[in-house]
Amino acid sequence: MMETVLSSLGSGLLQSFEPLNLFMIFAGCLAGLFVGAMPGLGSVNGVAILLPVTFLVPPTAAIIFLAALYYGAMYGGAISSITLGIPGSSTAVATVFDGRPMAQAGKADQALTAAAIASFIGGTISIILFTLFAPPLAVFALKFGPQEEFALMVLAFATFIGLGGDDIPKTIFSIMVGLVLAAVGFDIISGKPRLIFFDMVDFQRGIEFLVLAIGIYGIGEMLWTLESTKGAITLHKVDTSWKKFRHNLGQVREYIGTTTLGAMIGFFVGTLPAAGATPASLMSYGLAKTFSKDPDSFGKGNIAGVAAPEAGNNAASTGSMLPMITLGIPGSPTTAILLGGMIIWGLRPGPLLFTESPDFVWGLIGSMYVANTVTVLLNLALIPVFIRVLAMPFTILTPIIFVLCVVGVFATTDRMFDTWLMLIFGVVGYLMRKLNYPVAPAVLAIVLGPLAERSLRQSLISSRGDAMTFLERPISLACILVAAALVAYPIVNGMRRRRRARAAQE
Amino acid sequence: MTVRTAELLMAIATFLASLGLMLNVYVSDLNIGWVEGRGPGAGMWPFWLAFVMALASFATLVRWIRGITPESRSTEDYVDRDTLFLVVISAVALLVLLILFEIIGAYFSLMLFMFFYLRTIGRHGWVATWSLVIGTPIFVYLLFEVALTKYLPKGLPFFENLFLYVDDIRYSLF
Repeated sequence: MMETVLSSLGSGLLQSFEPLNLFMIFAGCLAGLFVGAMPGLGSVNGVAILLPVTFLVPPTAAIIFLAALYYGAMYGGAISSITLGIPGSSTAVATVFDGRPMAQAGKADQALTAAAIASFIGGTISIILFTLFAPPLAVFALKFGPQEEFALMVLAFATFIGLGGDDIPKTIFSIMVGLVLAAVGFDIISGKPRLIFFDMVDFQRGIEFLVLAIGIYGIGEMLWTLESTKGAITLHKVDTSWKKFRHNLGQVREYIGTTTLGAMIGFFVGTLPAAGATPASLMSYGLAKTFSKDPDSFGKGNIAGVAAPEAGNNAASTGSMLPMITLGIPGSPTTAILLGGMIIWGLRPGPLLFTESPDFVWGLIGSMYVANTVTVLLNLALIPVFIRVLAMPFTILTPIIFVLCVVGVFATTDRMFDTWLMLIFGVVGYLMRKLNYPVAPAVLAIVLGPLAERSLRQSLISSRGDAMTFLERPISLACILVAAALVAYPIVNGMRRRRRARAAQE
Repeated sequence: MTVRTAELLMAIATFLASLGLMLNVYVSDLNIGWVEGRGPGAGMWPFWLAFVMALASFATLVRWIRGITPESRSTEDYVDRDTLFLVVISAVALLVLLILFEIIGAYFSLMLFMFFYLRTIGRHGWVATWSLVIGTPIFVYLLFEVALTKYLPKGLPFFENLFLYVDDIRYSLF
């Protein structure tokens, strides 16, 4: 087993050094650093907006580009968290806690170096864990039938309810909207048209997930950012001299421990669908503080407080690829869009990917190692450039993003109708997000919707309509029990808390 | 409008939309029940999903009445004045962009959109404005039309014919 892994990894690494793929890694890392650093844009926005452009290259090069963009964005988020004091993307929120005080104390260069190095260490640990876990998990998942597939998807949605931390009825609503939108068009089994709103023929072709994803993460996100960044921003000064940099590299000793711990946590949190990089970085920060000898200095400019969340979010981004590649269940909104992209490229996500498209899988894994190294170098080298870019007015970036969204959606589906839908989704998504309706579950659901319905109905046809089939198979039973517990936990907890509050009042 | 009012209106809207979805499935020729020996009918999946949507919206309504969600107690402005200006003008600009796509074609409308956004909203100088007004359609043309071989809308015949000249130049080059 180990030997095949090493030889496959070797060929994957070779593949990622092919000129086109290497170019894609560079382009992806740069694009990622950029979207990560721009306030309001994160990996998910970059991946959604640029997915239509990747049809230019073969699927392996495309996924390498988008994956590199994903890690790049994790690095980039730290740049604005530290120099602007506002997170470049939600995944870098925890980096602000100590990054901002450090910048205010004139130590922005130390914080930026620590963030880059910690991201690199976190990413590397996570990629090694990924390489070790992915092949056996895929082999194990080969035994899965449609019952297990369906149960896993139920589990994925349940994690949003149990661990998502958002308002529960709103989360459920968001999941259901995504699933219903995915059901528009012809029924896969009977071939009957469904949910043809206002008898418009255009709905018969269904709603492509990218229309919703770009609507929400492109249009909606820009509207959201226009609102939140209308105030003036202040950039902190950064000393980017070589002497400073060498001194800063020496500080690694101060945070290597928390970084390693953060990477482990990040990887496992990242594999959970509802969690992803944002909670991973927050948890990693919390643990670093708990285990620190000097917890009071956290929040006042402790370098470990910058390193820990950066290691966590980078590790989580790699971790979230694990269920996507092996099980066909995305571990984060970004990987949900990658999964949708794989379907458009004609690949069938799931355990068979390892046997059917080994070049694709191992090319991706090999590229992770290369991309991580490329990103840390680019990041450190380009810090002065990115600081200049961050000073760019938002009113230049916004229309460019809008144009990419409109043209990208049209180019993917060849229909004006879809660009109209995208605008509607964007505006409605923005209005709902202002009321704390989580949007990520809807995007995950529209990607998984067709797969979920197909596996549900396949299971029931093979069992001749006996719903007990989901409970008779051990893995599917286990998934459903965990899912039920995840849904029940916050409800029971909430009821208990309310009863206690009432008892306290009396 | 306060956040509190917005929360109520949104919950009512989502509730009605869910009922509309259920009705849409119900009145069409789809089986929303169980087919003996085969499992769910074609309409069962969307119908019951919409039913859960309705339940979730109803739960939000109940929580609004009982003041459980923070939004249901907030008396802040849902959209304040400055935001309203930026967001509405952006959304309307996009709307006009899409309408113009089908009249004067993608490229001319992109130029107008960029000009409006950079000059009127961004108040940028002429150099920045013109370089993006001219650069954006060229970039889009090269990326989507040439590299991805996608035919973007060219608008009414008059504007479509104008574009033939551009295509002529392109094909004479590569």
